[in-house]
Amino acid sequence: MNQSHGSATESNASIRVRALESLLTEKGLIDPKALDALVDTYETKIGPRNGAKVVARAWVDPAYKQRLLTDATAAIKEFGFSGLQGEDMVVVENTAQVHNVVVCTLCSCYPWPTLGLPPVWYKSAPYRARVVSDPRSVLKEFGTELPETVEVRTWDTTAELRYLVLPERPSGTEHLSEAQLADLVTRDSMIGVTKVSAS
Amino acid sequence: MNGIHDLGGMHGLGPVLREDNEPAFHEPWEGRAFALFASTFVFAGYTVDEFRHAIEKIAPAHYLESSYYEHWMFAFEEALMKRGFVTREELDARIAQLKNGGH
Repeated sequence: MNQSHGSATESNASIRVRALESLLTEKGLIDPKALDALVDTYETKIGPRNGAKVVARAWVDPAYKQRLLTDATAAIKEFGFSGLQGEDMVVVENTAQVHNVVVCTLCSCYPWPTLGLPPVWYKSAPYRARVVSDPRSVLKEFGTELPETVEVRTWDTTAELRYLVLPERPSGTEHLSEAQLADLVTRDSMIGVTKVSAS
Repeated sequence: MNGIHDLGGMHGLGPVLREDNEPAFHEPWEGRAFALFASTFVFAGYTVDEFRHAIEKIAPAHYLESSYYEHWMFAFEEALMKRGFVTREELDARIAQLKNGGH
């Protein structure tokens, strides 16, 4: 963190991070350039576009979908998406009868290789508290209203497992290519708080 | 342990507040904290249980008021100190120095 030097407005958190980084750098335990690269990777390279590619492939390739639902970690790795917070993946499929939604009630566990870092709302107290007790009210806040006949399943992440929702392919998309389909897939639909729409 | 971190089912916390086009990190220090965690993870050998235990020790009011990356900072400062990579004294001294405008 070289851009600010103890300015009057710098937060305590920022100073704490800077103190730790400078100490660990002096001890030769970390390389600030490696930290720069990590920040850049998670800001620009790893994010929900990865998960969208996985979803689109599953929509167009039944054999891939089968692999994804039986061994998600391996199927996702076919794209080269693996590593921290993606070591043990489970994909849950949305259908006309079942809608899945994912949470981590105890903290903020989230599948980084396919979705990047979680949005603040996912880590927030209101989401974590309510999506397990009254998921429909949470989905409604996201504009997702499901018929009473649809079963809502909430998956609470454990310390090891990471869930990814395979949303339903919207109707009217039969003519689209895999890449065009991937463009329709949103982060929120892979957490399960929204559905994918055709436009 | 049934502490403030165990939020599942808790009532009265209000609506889920969302942000359009949310950045990966809201402030530069969050990115540095994240990268520090990811770079020290391997050599320090943190375990998930240890990390969670440290977060569970955060005082309840502070837990709800502070951000995600502050929870992390708390947890891996603890872990690094426990393993002797840094001491509380070193860290406090450096923080004091930076607050006084030192580099």
